[in-house]
Amino acid sequence: MASLETSPAAGSAGHWVDRFRSEAAGLPGARLPWLLERRQAAIQRFAEQGFPTRKVEAWRYTDLRDVARLPFAAPPAAAVGIDRLPSVLDDASRGPRLVFVDGAFRAELSSAGSLPEGVTVASLAAALETMPDRLEPHLGRVRPSPDTPLAALNAALWTDGAFVHLARGAALDRPIELLFLGVGGEAPAAHHPRILIVAEAGAEATVIEHHAGLGGVYFSNAAVEIVAEAGARLHHYKLQAEGAEAFHVATTTLAMDRDAAYDGFVLTQGARLSRSELRPWLGAPGIECRLSGAYMVAGRQHADHTSVIDHAAPHCTSRQVYHGVIDDQARAVFQGRINVHQDAQKTDGYQLNRALLLSDQAEIDSKPELEIFADDVRCSHGATVGDLDEEQIFYLRARGIDRAAARSLLIAGFLMQAVEEIRIEAVRDGFAEKVRGWLDARAAGERRNA
Amino acid sequence: MLEIRNLHATVDDKPILKGVDLVIGDGEVHAIMGPNGAGKSTLSYVLAGREGYEVTEGEVLFRGQDVLAMEPEERAAAGLFLAFQYPVEIPGVTNMTFLKTALNSLRRGRGEPELDAMQFLKLVKAKTKQLGMSDEMLKRFVNVGFSGGEKKRNEVLQMAVLDPAFCVLDETDSGLDIDALRIVADGVNALRGPGRSMLVITHYQRLLDYIVPDRVHVLAQGRIVRSGDKELAQELERKGYAEFAADEAA
Ligand SMILES: Nc1ncnc2c1ncn2[C@@H]1O[C@H](COP(=O)(O)OP(=O)(O)OP(=O)(O)O)[C@@H](O)[C@H]1O
Ligand SMILES: [Mg+2]
Repeated sequence: MASLETSPAAGSAGHWVDRFRSEAAGLPGARLPWLLERRQAAIQRFAEQGFPTRKVEAWRYTDLRDVARLPFAAPPAAAVGIDRLPSVLDDASRGPRLVFVDGAFRAELSSAGSLPEGVTVASLAAALETMPDRLEPHLGRVRPSPDTPLAALNAALWTDGAFVHLARGAALDRPIELLFLGVGGEAPAAHHPRILIVAEAGAEATVIEHHAGLGGVYFSNAAVEIVAEAGARLHHYKLQAEGAEAFHVATTTLAMDRDAAYDGFVLTQGARLSRSELRPWLGAPGIECRLSGAYMVAGRQHADHTSVIDHAAPHCTSRQVYHGVIDDQARAVFQGRINVHQDAQKTDGYQLNRALLLSDQAEIDSKPELEIFADDVRCSHGATVGDLDEEQIFYLRARGIDRAAARSLLIAGFLMQAVEEIRIEAVRDGFAEKVRGWLDARAAGERRNA
Repeated sequence: MLEIRNLHATVDDKPILKGVDLVIGDGEVHAIMGPNGAGKSTLSYVLAGREGYEVTEGEVLFRGQDVLAMEPEERAAAGLFLAFQYPVEIPGVTNMTFLKTALNSLRRGRGEPELDAMQFLKLVKAKTKQLGMSDEMLKRFVNVGFSGGEKKRNEVLQMAVLDPAFCVLDETDSGLDIDALRIVADGVNALRGPGRSMLVITHYQRLLDYIVPDRVHVLAQGRIVRSGDKELAQELERKGYAEFAADEAA
């Protein structure tokens, strides 16, 4: 094995490098030279960079010191029994589902169902055994960025995750659910779920990425790679409902080809600290990329939504609509960067981040960045921060709805405006339900405290 | 049912209502007409309890209760309803959710059981049909993207669903086309009855052809300056408000 140098700035990266050294031989695909090579390159990159500090511009508002400091172990091997699996779908709209508990695939909780021709839904480790040739061109190769050390850490240490493959023209009418449950044991544990979605030309599917926590301190460091070939249509909806003590960092890279369409949404409500970073690459004309989200944080939660959209070809559109609600001493970060490359004429880029601050101590850092090198483009961005509208509150009260209920209804409405961006109705309804659930729990909490 | 006595109110320290007296009996419909800026909407907001409208003198009794001491939602629960001159848009909240939340809040307040989704749907569909509204409007966000006339109809729908004892209609006829005016008036007339009183604010005598009032009042410069029967509306239509507009004309 190559020798690994840890730079002084890398802090506790050494802990992870050691982990890699001792675990590498037992990781999935250890016998595949190409994969071992990629894992080694990845840990090397992580060793050089370490956990980003706030001196790194992209991490100015999100402090990973707590993550870097904690000696996360491998998750306990004991399989926890799970009586009820959370879902955003009702039973009638359920399709195939893969379930992972503390990063480990749980076949007995999963159901692939009967998949149509050309559709593969499998655990990544299993797919590596049975169809490594399908993974090799993409795994770790979907627009990796030198600026994402945590994605590198995942690339080195991942033990399992999901592989979704849609052959040319294949379509699945039911959503595919990927459920990642964090249970957390005695000691803080880390897992590195990895997802690879490949949609060949003209294929279409809906993928729900659901992270849920049952408590405990754990670190979920996810990496998602998505390939949308020409004319493919992907719907990808993420619910981040990690446990209250959890850390969640996810890096999603997305390579899109001509006329492909991506409809993505992130609903963030869990974890004490989270970051969802999206990096779509619009590499050919005619692409439509939608990346929206809603976040609701309270207590001392910290939620970071970062995106870097590269318009590298002409005639593409990107649209981002984020609505967030921040209560108590919680803090939210929105960083949206749009790079319009020189030949990306006729780019249409839209970005909006609206935040409601429900307490004096709530905070939002909103940083839109447009970098435009083409001359014939339409790009707009906006950010608003505010409180609820008194005129609306009065209108509701005049109809008999008391102030607290009126506020709750308006907050739900505010978040729902973003949820509306979701194009698949069954998922939209499910996410709307999650929004209401959060508000109901919050209202119940307020009543208890009153 | 409603007694307004010597009501004075200010907005931003500016006196708007300067001694309004008005008594509306059970089952009566009164109309208020008057020039722009006379204080008609101010009166309706004061009755509904809007913040920023400060009552400096006088009292309002609704079925003997002191209205001015109540929160807006308590007034609604007591049976007061204001159809807004400018209905408010609420993005993200569907009409259906809004109406159901409002009705169930009122029912809770009255100690009645809440309606479940099915019961509510049945009720609201009967009302939309009666008012010639499409059910599609129930799925849309409250007043968002509604035309002026649709917003007004939506106010009447709320009134029909919430079933208040006393309604203030602030220019509900403005912006309605001829057919809609007829439908809305029919809807309002259907709600008329011995247990329900109304205060109809309008600029047009035409509405009062459909909703025939028991009394007509002229509000000018913050006071009721003249009262009469429905003939007064016709007279105003002919003569305008010149004789009441002392300050404005100067
Ligand atoms: N926030 C405010 N600050 C100052 N003046 C106000 C405020 N709100 C209302 N007014 C004034 O109060 C007066 C009465 O307004 P109101 O809306 O009650 O009139 P109205 O009789 O309903 O008129 P219209 O027929 O045009 O609807 C107006 O002169 C208006 O400009
Ligand atoms: Mg008015």
